[in-house]
Parts: sequence; C-alpha cells; structure tokens
Amino acid sequence: MPLAYVASYTVVIGPAELWQLLFRPRIGELLRNTVTLTISCMAATTALGVALAVLVERTDLPGRRLWHGLLVAPLAVPAFVNGYAWVSLDRSVNGFAGAFLVVTLSYYPLVYLPVVAVLRRLDPALEESAWSLGHTRARSFRSVVLPQLRPALLGGALLVGLHLLAEFGALSLLRFPTFTTAIYDQYGSTFNGSAATAMAGVLVLLCLLLLLADLRLRGNRRYARLGRGAARSSVPAPLGSARWPLLGAVGAVVVLAIGVPAFSLVRWLVVGTSTEFPLDELGSALASTVTLALAGAVVTTVAAVPVVWLAVRHRGWASTVIERSTYVANALPGIVVGLALVVASLRLVPVVYQTAALLVVAYAILFLPRAVVTVRAGLEQAPVVLDDVAQSLGAGPLETARRVTLPLIAPSLGAGAALVFLAISTELTATLMLSPIGTRTLATEFWSASSELRYGAASPYALLLVLVSIPATVLLMRRDPA
Amino acid sequence: MSSVSITDVTRRFGSTTAVDAVTLHVPHGSFTTVLGPSGCGKTTLLRLIAGFLQPESGTIAFGDVVVAGDGIRSMPPQTRRVGYVPQEGALFPHLDVAGNIAFGLDRESRGEARGLGNDRVAEMLDLVELPADFRTRRPDELSGGQQQRVALARSLAPRPAVVLLDEPFSSLDAGLRGSTARAVRRALAVTDTTALLVTHDQNEALSLADQVAVMRAGRLVQSAPPNEVYLSPSDPQVAELVGGAVVLPGAASGDRATCALGEVVLSESAVGEVTLVIRPEQVFVDRAHEVGVRGTVEELDYYGHDSAVRVTLTDGTAVLARVPGVLHPVVGDTVHLRVTGLVRAYPSGATR
Repeated sequence: MPLAYVASYTVVIGPAELWQLLFRPRIGELLRNTVTLTISCMAATTALGVALAVLVERTDLPGRRLWHGLLVAPLAVPAFVNGYAWVSLDRSVNGFAGAFLVVTLSYYPLVYLPVVAVLRRLDPALEESAWSLGHTRARSFRSVVLPQLRPALLGGALLVGLHLLAEFGALSLLRFPTFTTAIYDQYGSTFNGSAATAMAGVLVLLCLLLLLADLRLRGNRRYARLGRGAARSSVPAPLGSARWPLLGAVGAVVVLAIGVPAFSLVRWLVVGTSTEFPLDELGSALASTVTLALAGAVVTTVAAVPVVWLAVRHRGWASTVIERSTYVANALPGIVVGLALVVASLRLVPVVYQTAALLVVAYAILFLPRAVVTVRAGLEQAPVVLDDVAQSLGAGPLETARRVTLPLIAPSLGAGAALVFLAISTELTATLMLSPIGTRTLATEFWSASSELRYGAASPYALLLVLVSIPATVLLMRRDPA
Repeated sequence: MSSVSITDVTRRFGSTTAVDAVTLHVPHGSFTTVLGPSGCGKTTLLRLIAGFLQPESGTIAFGDVVVAGDGIRSMPPQTRRVGYVPQEGALFPHLDVAGNIAFGLDRESRGEARGLGNDRVAEMLDLVELPADFRTRRPDELSGGQQQRVALARSLAPRPAVVLLDEPFSSLDAGLRGSTARAVRRALAVTDTTALLVTHDQNEALSLADQVAVMRAGRLVQSAPPNEVYLSPSDPQVAELVGGAVVLPGAASGDRATCALGEVVLSESAVGEVTLVIRPEQVFVDRAHEVGVRGTVEELDYYGHDSAVRVTLTDGTAVLARVPGVLHPVVGDTVHLRVTGLVRAYPSGATR
C-alpha cells in the first residue's frame, strides 16, 4: 500500500515537476551521501563481521565464549542511541567519518551473527576432506568454507544496507544528511508532501535495487543441505604469535562498540540525574511505549497468520504475490511508510490522522515481515500429514486448526510477537511522524531531548531503550538466524 | 466395521492417470495389502478411500454406504470413520501418548482418558502391546516402532469402519519391522478390523495379508490370496514384482516345454512360443552329478540360511537360483542345473 502511494503520487505530480524536484544539486548530494555511506558500511560490516566470526569460531583466541557475548551486545543498543553516545562525548564525531564509524559499529552484528551460525553448523568433515586433498588451511577456507558462507553473508549485508537506507536517528544526530533525514526535514519544515514524496520514491527505488541485487547475486545456486546437528566441533586453528595483537583488535572493537556507549550513557546519567530526574515522565513514556508495542505486536502477529497460512498451505499465484509483497515491505523504510500513511489518512479518512490506530497500522506494515518469517518457520514444522490424521479421526477443519495447528505454532507466534514488540519499542521514525499529539514514547522523548542537545535529560530514556532491547537480542541469539 | 468396495475409480493429476479404472473389493474384517513400485498410484488409491482426494469417476462404498462416486456429494474425511496410519506415524508432537490415542474420541471419553481408570486408552495400549505407563510419554521419547504402535492405537480408538496404513513400516529397521508388523496384524485381527495396507515391500505384502492387490502404472493387475499371487501371477511382470523370477522364452507342446534350462513341466498345457516363469528356488544346482544343463557360477550372495547364485549357462543365458546355505557353491564352479516342480507358461508377447 505505501508502495502504491509513492508510485501513484509520482504519477500525479507529473514528469515535469518531478524533474524539477529531483534534478537539483541538493538531490545529487543526498544521493552521493546515501550511496557512498551504504556501500562503504556494507563492505566494512561484512569484513568486520566475517573476521570476528572466524576469530571467535575457528581459532584458539582466549576467552572465545565471552567475546561472542560481547560482540553481539551492540544489537541491544539502537543505532540512534549509539550516535547520541558518541556525539555527546565528542562533537567532532560527525559527517561521513563519524557516521561511518557509528553505523558500522552498530550494525556489524547483523553480519557476524548469521556467519557464526553457519560456521557452527558447518560439518568440519568438509574442511577436513579439503585438507586431505592437499589444500592448506587458508586455501580450504577460501575454497570450501567461504562459498558456504555466501547466503549468510549476502543476507547479513542486505540487512545492513536496508537498515542504513532507513536509518534516521543516528545520521540526523551526526549531521550526515541522506535521503531519509532529508525527507523528514522536508516533511517537518513545510508539510510539503510532493518534495518529500519524490525523495521517498528515490529511496524506495534504492531499496528495491538492493533487493534485486541480492536476488541476482544469490542466483540459482544450490547449497547442499548442511548435515543435521553439529556432529563435531572443528579443531581451532592456532594463532601463534598473532594471538595477542588479534586479541587486542577484538578488544578494541568491543570497547568502541560497547564501552563507549556504556561510558557515555553512565556519564550523562550521573550528570543528568543531578539536575533532573523526571520519574513521572519516564513512567508515562514507558507505559505508552509498552501499550503501543503490545497493540502493534498483537495486530502484526494476527495479520501474519493468514499470510503464512496461504503461503505454506495453499501455494499458488495469489499467495506468492502476497508473500513477495511482504518481502518488499521489508525494504520499506519507516519514513516512507510514515509519510504514506500521513498523506493517505489526511486525504481519505482524516479522522484517523494522528490516532494510535494509525500508528499501529504503520507498525503492522513495517514489522509484518519479521512476524511472517518467524510464524512461517513454525508452520512449516507442522506437517500437513497431521491435518490428514486429525481429519480421519473426525475433526473438521476448524477443530483441526484449534486442536492441532494452533498448539503447534503457538511458540512461534509468541516469538514473532516478542520480536515485533521489541522492534516497535525502539522504532523512531514512524513514531515521530504518526504518534498522536501528547503521546510520548521512550524513543520520541529521547529524541526530543537529544536533538535539543539536552544530553543529560536524554540519558535515562536511552538507558530504558537499551534495557528494553536486551531481551530481543537474547531472543535473536538463541534463534538460528540462517 | 464394514467392507470396502472400489468400483471403476479413476483419478488423474494433470496428464498422468494416477489411478486408472481400479476395481477392488476388501471383504469385511480382512487384511488387504496393495503392492506396487513407487509411483504406481497405490498411495493415491489410499487417499481416495480416506477422502483426502476425490475420484473423477467411479464409486467408493463402505458396506452399503457410497462415500464417494458419480453424482454423489463426497463424504468429507472427518465423517467417513476411517483410521489412517501414515508413514512414520505422524503423532501429534504437542500431545502425550494418551492425548494422541484419545484425539478421535468424543469430549466425554477424552476427559475420562485423563483419569487413570480402565479406559479406552489403556485398552488400546494393551491392544498394541505397549505397557500402560507409556500413556504419559511424549512422542519424541518413543522409538520408531513404538510410535507406529501408538499411531495404530490412535486410529483404532474411535472404532473406525476401516483402517488405512500407508507404508507404515518402511522407516523402521529390519528387526523392528517384523515385530511391529506382527503386533499390528494381531491388533487388527483381535478387533476384526477391515484394513488396507500400502507397501512396495513384497515380503511385507505377502506375509501380512489375506489378499494382495498388485498395482502397476495406475492399474490393478491382480488381486488374490498371497500364495496364488506368488504361484500363479497374472503375467511375468507380476511374477517379478512379488518375488525373484527367472523369465525365459520357451517352446511348448502340451504339458511340456523346452527352454535354456532343458525340458520343464507346465502347470497348464500350452502350445507354441511361450514365456516361462521359474522361481529361483525351483532351480536345483547340482555340483556332484553331471545331470542337467551346464553352467558356471558367476556371482554369489550369501545370506546364511540360503544363497542367491547367478549362473551363466553355456549358451550365455543368465539364471538365478536359490540354494540352501549349507550347500552353496563357490564362484567359478562348474555346476549343472535342473528345474523341479511345475512351471507357468504365458503366451509370448504378453504385456511386457
């Protein structure tokens, strides 16, 4: 639907005006910024993620288990909180260099985690047979392990790219303008739909390009199913004299990614609470965050069930379209969904504009793909033959759904709802654009304080945001992000 | 309990005809196995009877009640009262053994099953020869054979009209297969249940059934008691499907025929060119006397109780013989072969 909005709007504007809106030096600069940041960060997170994953999973680095936990931890710090932490410590962290640093440190776990998962499941016999065929360790890694990592790598890099295109908070704080921040500024300053929408169109195009590139790169290559379970763990490669420098490097990453934000948060918390500690406002922000997130999680998960049902059990033309479209929705930045809903609601049903209901709809659109992925995995593990058996035992379709299918997918429904809940509670862009007047969530409160440079006042909200994100991180670590 | 009558049933998938004008009667209380290679349509036939698929033409009746057929609104699976035992059991993983067995019972009996009285669940566990304390086990705590027994108990608990088993033992290892199959047959016999079992395993098909129905390419080619199917297969291909067979061309005149193995006695007289089917256990391998047709032992599969011996005759014909383990020759031996017992002859050019 937001896609249709952007498309139809660009048609309404007309090519002449569109030309004027888009072919300005400003747009060129935004495009350059967005593309260079996206590509360089994708490259950096990929390199960092793979290097760290190999060090932790395949070498005799001291304290590997501890490092693993610490390396995943940045996931619990929303990127905009990380940006705030850095910029509030040192004003010179801004522009391209600052944005590159902060965003890379925030998003490398998106590559690291899936690569670790594959390395763990990979049968060491594969590598061992390569060694026995005369390949050196390094060569067999290149020829045997890397091709197996390819899907995980591509998936992780794609996620990083999509996150970057949608990233608003961190980049805005670091004063590095991209399409997303420009759309928001345009929207905030003029309420001028057409310029913002035209840029949103370009942003969506970039997202789709990224999706397409991912599909092309994945191609039709088949990867043999990995063996069931982890049969044996592989023999760690000895690091020798490189051991201590590498340990230092890993430590440096952890210090930069976790230590700096933690230090900054604590410092501002101490400074800030000495001046003001608005317990009431904190409480009400937390309450409205939880309420909105709960409503969004329930709506999204309920909406995911029929989509998944159609996709898994009734494969066909229509179900494929529905499923693919949620996949595309995955690539829609919050800002585009927000913008589309603002304009659409004002035009069509002004009553719902700036109501909680509209915000929940936005959440549902944004996070449906996550719920679909989780619920789908659950339903796929519920074999169709169980439905046959239930029917032969006298249960009709509804009774079968109630007594067999629902109990089987209940855990995945819960996990999907939890993931959506936590994603909503740290969502910033759509919430800023759509939240009802007077409704303050943790994210919006943090945002208004930090964008006015009241760093001390922002810190308790940031801390709560991090605390709220921790369970999601644990959940993500437990699941197998293949 | 009731009989099952399948009359002229056809079912197509796209351009392939999975079940082609099949007519089969399964008498009340009998055990019929459907034997055929994979892809012959036997599982489709089963799913038609269960009601998961609808026939395009023909009728299916349980006793006197037509459940699917021309011009009749097909009865949905949940009202047909069929017990269905799929491959690997397919127990409900979220329920324990008692919950699985009681699934098809009405609400009242399910409540009763949660108690510990001498209820239907205990009765069923006893029937499939599982200990009573299994009722609280989870499916993943059971071995494959135990899962199959629970699946059978689950299908029998609501007293179905007919039980359908879809290759229920194919995922079990050899030792477990025999004992589970025997337990299943006893349980079905005790409850006097009409049963239809689909398999591609000839031993299973012959050893369990009162009636064997052989399917090939969607068609039912023969249905008869096991010994009749084995001894009088309707054509040479059925002969090969239900057991080892030496198929040789021959010339018949009356009750005798000559072939590469010399002169054989026919079970029914024939004249002219025929195709002869000789069972490997009919081929007598003689190492001591030079009586019969000479050949050389090419290959030998030793099974202990007996051996399968492949012999090449002097004219190049390859012959399979089954020899008791204590008498087996060694590769390279020169032996003489004779055929004992009656041999079936089929007109040459019969369906190949």
